Amino acid sequence: MKVKSLADLKKIKSDVQQKIKLREQGANAENIVQIKVAMATCGIASGAKEIMNFIIEELDFRGLDGIVTQTGCMGYCYAEPTIEVVLPGKEPVVYGFVTRDKVMEIIDKHVMKGELVDGIIPVSYKTIDE
Amino acid sequence: MAENKTHILVCGGTGCLASQADKIIENLKTEIEANDLENDVRVISTGCFGFCEKGPVIKVVPDNTFYTSVKPSDAADIVQEHLIKGRPLQRLLYKNPKNNYHVSDSSKIDFYKKQVRIALRNCGFIDPENIDEYIARDGYAALGTSLSEYTPEEVIDTIKKSGLRGRGGGGFPTGLKWEITRNVENDQKYVVCNADEGDPGAFMDRSILEGDPHSVIEAMAICGYCIGADKGLVYIRAEYPLAINRLKTALTQAREYGLLGEDILGSNFSFDIELRYGAGAFVCGEETALIHSMEGLRGEPTFKPPFPSVSGYFGKPTNVNNVETFANIPVIINKGAEWFSSIGNENSKGTKVFALAGKVNNVGLIEVPMGITLREVIFDIGGGIRDGKKFKAVQTGGPSGGCLTDKELDIPIDYDNLIKAGSMMGSGGMIVMDEDDCMVSIAKFYLEFTLDESCGKCTPCRIGNKRLHEILDKITQGKGTVEDLERLSLLSNVIKDSSLCGLGQTSPNPVLSTLKNFNEEYMAHVTEGKCPAGQCKDLLKYEIDAEMCTGCTLCFRNCPVGAITGERKQPHYINQSLCIKCGVCFQKCKFKAINII
Repeated sequence: MKVKSLADLKKIKSDVQQKIKLREQGANAENIVQIKVAMATCGIASGAKEIMNFIIEELDFRGLDGIVTQTGCMGYCYAEPTIEVVLPGKEPVVYGFVTRDKVMEIIDKHVMKGELVDGIIPVSYKTIDE
Repeated sequence: MAENKTHILVCGGTGCLASQADKIIENLKTEIEANDLENDVRVISTGCFGFCEKGPVIKVVPDNTFYTSVKPSDAADIVQEHLIKGRPLQRLLYKNPKNNYHVSDSSKIDFYKKQVRIALRNCGFIDPENIDEYIARDGYAALGTSLSEYTPEEVIDTIKKSGLRGRGGGGFPTGLKWEITRNVENDQKYVVCNADEGDPGAFMDRSILEGDPHSVIEAMAICGYCIGADKGLVYIRAEYPLAINRLKTALTQAREYGLLGEDILGSNFSFDIELRYGAGAFVCGEETALIHSMEGLRGEPTFKPPFPSVSGYFGKPTNVNNVETFANIPVIINKGAEWFSSIGNENSKGTKVFALAGKVNNVGLIEVPMGITLREVIFDIGGGIRDGKKFKAVQTGGPSGGCLTDKELDIPIDYDNLIKAGSMMGSGGMIVMDEDDCMVSIAKFYLEFTLDESCGKCTPCRIGNKRLHEILDKITQGKGTVEDLERLSLLSNVIKDSSLCGLGQTSPNPVLSTLKNFNEEYMAHVTEGKCPAGQCKDLLKYEIDAEMCTGCTLCFRNCPVGAITGERKQPHYINQSLCIKCGVCFQKCKFKAINII
C-alpha cells in the first residue's frame, strides 16, 4: 500500500488509533490484556524470547484473550527481562526480573483479578506529551 | 475482572531497602491484618522510583498519594489515617522545596520523575517491526508536514532555533551543519547516519535502532529534503545484528508505504537509504574515517578541513549525524523549536541519553534534560552505589573523556560544563566507580582500549600512547617514580596537541583527568609502593594476623599454589615468594584474619 499524501498518512494514523481504541473499548475488550515484552539485545540476552513464548502459551492454556507483542528497550537493563501489562482502561504496569514463576503470578493475580504483584518498576520519566 | 483494590506500592530498590523498606512492608502487612483489611488492600514491593534522595518512598493507588522518607513506625498511621479514615497523612507528603507546599494531588505527582524521553519516546512502547504503530504515534508526520508545508530553509531554521547540537559527542549545532551542506552546490549529496557506536559500555544508539528504527529513517529523509540529497547511508557496526535486522525490516516497510523511494507523498522529493557495515573499528566513528571505510578504503581519518559537508563520501557534500541526533529531529518539527529549546539549559538544549553502567544499582538507559546534575543521575535515577560502597568517580565520554570526582557531582551536565571540568559529553557512556577501583588501573584500561583502536597513521597517537601505557604499567607494578608522573603529563599534552584526529587528541584525557583529580593515588603508587584501592596485584601483600587466625585450615585448603602452611588450630602463614595474590584466602577466611597490606 502506498501512502500518496500527507492526508493519506493522517488517515493511516487515525485508522490505527481507532483500531487500538476498539481493542480497548470494543465488545470483548474487558477480557483482552496487552502484554509487551522488551526485546532489545539486553532483553533477549536475559531470556525475553523464552518469556514471551511462555506468556503466549500460558494465556492460551487458560483461554485468555491477549495480545502479546515485542518492543524495544524500556531502559531498565538491570531488571531484564521486563514486560509491560496493560489491562483495558488501566494504566500500563511494568514488571522487571520476569521469570516463568513471575509470569504465572502476574497472569493469576494481575491479569485475572486485577491485583498488582511484587516487582513493579514505577515510571520514572516524563513523556513528550506531558 | 476484580473491582479496584487499594494497593500500597513500597519502593524495594536497593537504596530504599537499605533504609528499611522491607520492615515497612512487614509493618504495613501486620497493621492491615490487625484491622481486617487484608481482602481490600495489597502491599506490593516495587523496583526503584528514581527518587532515592527522599527514600523510602511509598505510593498508594488508585488515589496516587506519594509518601517520602517513610519509617517503619509510620505504618500504623498510614493504615489508620489514610486507609481507614481516608485522608492523606500530611506529615509524610512530599514538600515542594520551592514553595513548601505539600504535594498530594496525583496530577502533580511527577516531581520525582527526573527523566524526559524524547529520543527514546518510542523505545519500549511500540513494536519496532510494525510501521503502523510508529505512524500511530505521530510517525512520519514530521516528514509529511516538512514536504508539504515547509521549504527546506524553513525546516533548517526550525532545527537551528531549537538549539539541537550533535549528540555523537562533538556538540556541533545540527541546524548549522545542515545549512552548510545545503549551501554547497553539487549534483549529488549524501546523508549519513553514524551508528558506529564504540565507547566501552555505551549502547544508546543500538537501543534506539532496535526500539525505534523508523524515527532515524524519517529524520534522514527530512535531512535529505533540507540539504538536497536523494541518498542516505547508515554506517552501522556488523556486531549489532538485531539493530541491522530491525533497520532492514523498517526500510522495507517504509518503501512499501512509499515513505522512501520516488516522489515521496506526491512531493517530487525522492530519497532512499542503504546500509553500510563497519567491522567494529573505534576510529571509524570519526566522520572522515567513517567515510573512507564506506568508500572501501582503510578506516583512517584525514585532515579537516575540508569538512564532509563540503567534500565527503566520494568527494560529494555529505551530512553526517549521529543516531540520537536524528531521533530528536521528528519531535522538534512536530512540537516546534520553542518547545524543544524550553528543555535543557542555556547553551545545551533538549535531553541526552546516557548508558548508565558500572558500580551503580540501576544500570540502564536513561534520558535526562541537559542541566541535570551528576548527583541526580547517579544517586536518584541510578539508585546510588552498589553494595553500599562509597562513590569515587564517574567517567563520562568514553575513552576520550575524563573521570570526575565527588567535587563535580553538582555541576549541571551539558557540553560546556563537562569540558570545563576536564571531561566531555561524548556519545553518552557514563561509568560509575566506587572506592574499590584504582584510578591508575582505570587510566591504564582506557589507554589499552585506545592502543588497540589507534589506526597507526600518525606518530603521536601510535607511539605516544604506547609509551604512556608503558609508564602506567610500570606504576601499577610499583616501579614508578615521581618523575614518571611528570613524564605522563608532558607526554599526554604532546599527544593531545599533535595528533591528527579526535581519537589521538583525546586519548590522554583519562590519564590527565585522573592525574589531576587523584594525584594522591598516583603518589601512593610511586612513593609508598601502595595501591590504596587494593587493585594493583603487584603492590599487594596478603598476611595472616596470627591473633585472629583460628587455624581452621580453610585458606590452606583453598590456596591454589600451596603458599599457605600451618598446623590445624595453629596460626597459618603465607609464603610470600609463592603467593600469586589471587585473593582466594582473603575471600574464604571467615575470621577476618587475612589482611591486605
